[in-house]
Amino acid sequence: MNDHTLPSPAWTVSMRTRASSVSAAVALVVVALAFAVPFFATRAVLQDLFFILTMLVLAQGWNLLAGYAGLVSVGQQAFVGFGAYAMFAAVSLLGLDPLAGILIGGLAAAALAVPTAFFVFRLEGAYFAVGTWVIAEVVRLSLAQWKALGGGTGTSLPSGATRDMAGVRLVADWLGVRAAQATDIVCYWLALLLAVATVGLIYGLLRSRHGLGLAAVRDNREAARSIGVDPLRIKSFVYLVVALVTGLTGALIYVQKARISPDAAFSVPDWTAYVIFIVVIGGIGTIEGPIVGVVVFFVLRNLLADYGSWYLLILGLIGIVIMLFAPSGLWGLFANRTGIQLFPVRRILTGTHNAQTIKGVPHG
Amino acid sequence: MPILALDTVSKSFGALKVADQVSFALEKGEALGVIGPNGAGKSTLFNLITGNFHADSGTIAFDGADITRQAPMARCLAGIGRTFQIPQPFEKLTVLENLLVAAAFGSRRAESDVGGYCADILVATGLIGRANQLAGSLGLLQRKRLELARALATDPRLLLLDEIAGGLTEGECYELVETIRAVHRRGVSIIWVEHVLHALTSVVDRLLVLHFGKVIGIGQPGDIMESRAVREIYLGIEV
Repeated sequence: MNDHTLPSPAWTVSMRTRASSVSAAVALVVVALAFAVPFFATRAVLQDLFFILTMLVLAQGWNLLAGYAGLVSVGQQAFVGFGAYAMFAAVSLLGLDPLAGILIGGLAAAALAVPTAFFVFRLEGAYFAVGTWVIAEVVRLSLAQWKALGGGTGTSLPSGATRDMAGVRLVADWLGVRAAQATDIVCYWLALLLAVATVGLIYGLLRSRHGLGLAAVRDNREAARSIGVDPLRIKSFVYLVVALVTGLTGALIYVQKARISPDAAFSVPDWTAYVIFIVVIGGIGTIEGPIVGVVVFFVLRNLLADYGSWYLLILGLIGIVIMLFAPSGLWGLFANRTGIQLFPVRRILTGTHNAQTIKGVPHG
Repeated sequence: MPILALDTVSKSFGALKVADQVSFALEKGEALGVIGPNGAGKSTLFNLITGNFHADSGTIAFDGADITRQAPMARCLAGIGRTFQIPQPFEKLTVLENLLVAAAFGSRRAESDVGGYCADILVATGLIGRANQLAGSLGLLQRKRLELARALATDPRLLLLDEIAGGLTEGECYELVETIRAVHRRGVSIIWVEHVLHALTSVVDRLLVLHFGKVIGIGQPGDIMESRAVREIYLGIEV
């Protein structure tokens, strides 16, 4: 508006809060510490951390899909399995380095997302969820026919393939450890890199105009279209990016496992049910939620490991209780009481107009 | 060249004709009022112009370009902004963010300089004090103002206002009319659907009367209100 005659006040739109400045510093320290873990930790600890980091990446991806874009997929195992199988094909059949195999796995999963998006984006809500599951089953059954990769029973990576992976020898010489441990260390660092990159990517996306666009589409699709936001375009973009990240993670997990079968690589509990559990108990629609959720999940898994099928029953029960009594998850409970946000995405206007000061508020 | 031209535009839902051979043109900088009884097809007309509905037949041209088959996003970018009859805020975003998203996607401005632009619109529409409040927490008057502010944030050349004064008190209505006048003075073309006639006629240059999806009159507000057809159909006066 050009017609108001008042002197133009200095308006500032900012997203930073005091907690977020502290958390940025804390995050740097945590990442630096996490990087240093292999220098003093045992292989068992590294493998646990690898599990936590890879589940975190899957959970962040699903959270972006369901929590921000409203795409409740129960078929993300399609991308875990497809990425893993693409990596296996690259390593076992083409003789490529596993590191290149991981990249190929991610790209293959993103490529798979193009035709699947064509089908599932015609569906809404519950039908979308069922559609994603059906597609995951189709991919699983198709890959089970691939005799060169073991068909329905699966196969292992060629012996020595992971030991010859780029960087493993370097790490082994540098730290003076055996090749098997060096492989775990490289996998762990890759998982750490993937987790940090994924959180950074999602945070950056939410702070950009696309984050606002996603929120607009979530709140009111028709109104979003009327102000120039293309819901299909923005959702397709998110679906594709999450497929890429999920495929990279799937491939990395199976480099570390070194053995694949269709039932394991396309497992609904492992790659979707647990991931949903992590996001729901942590807090859907926040970046902090999956981080809290994955830690809680890991602790529960270790506590309940000896109780057989009671494990799943208790996990399910906890999930239901949280959904009923704390629908915004454990992080949501904490954030609502304290107003603390570690990854703030709210835009806050500050400035003065007619002696009226517009001050930022900590939480919305 | 008119900024908007509709040529024999029709739309049916089943057997119900909601737009029947609608033709009219709006000159650049003109303000046109649209009146008609409930169910006459006024909101449908808006949805056809914005692309939320697609016309069954006929053509719609905006600034000389055929937009009949364009999606709402493209029409918004071309310069058509709208408000909804029932306010449709993005409830979990703040008032400021409602404008930021409209400016970042719907105007051709760079993302980095939409902050001050949106703040100025909030000042002009009287919402600046609520900038950091969630849109879902607003009352009716503020929601109506937000509809207008958000539409303005897309930097429209043609603004469609759908019953923006309905349900407001006399004083609230007056303020809103002043805001709309200011927008019009800046050269923005306006089409305004309204039942509050005195608000409408204080801004618009011409009136268009819709009845069962048909244009039954278009012209000077005085002439239209005097015409026999309008008095019979719209005002329900037996002549």
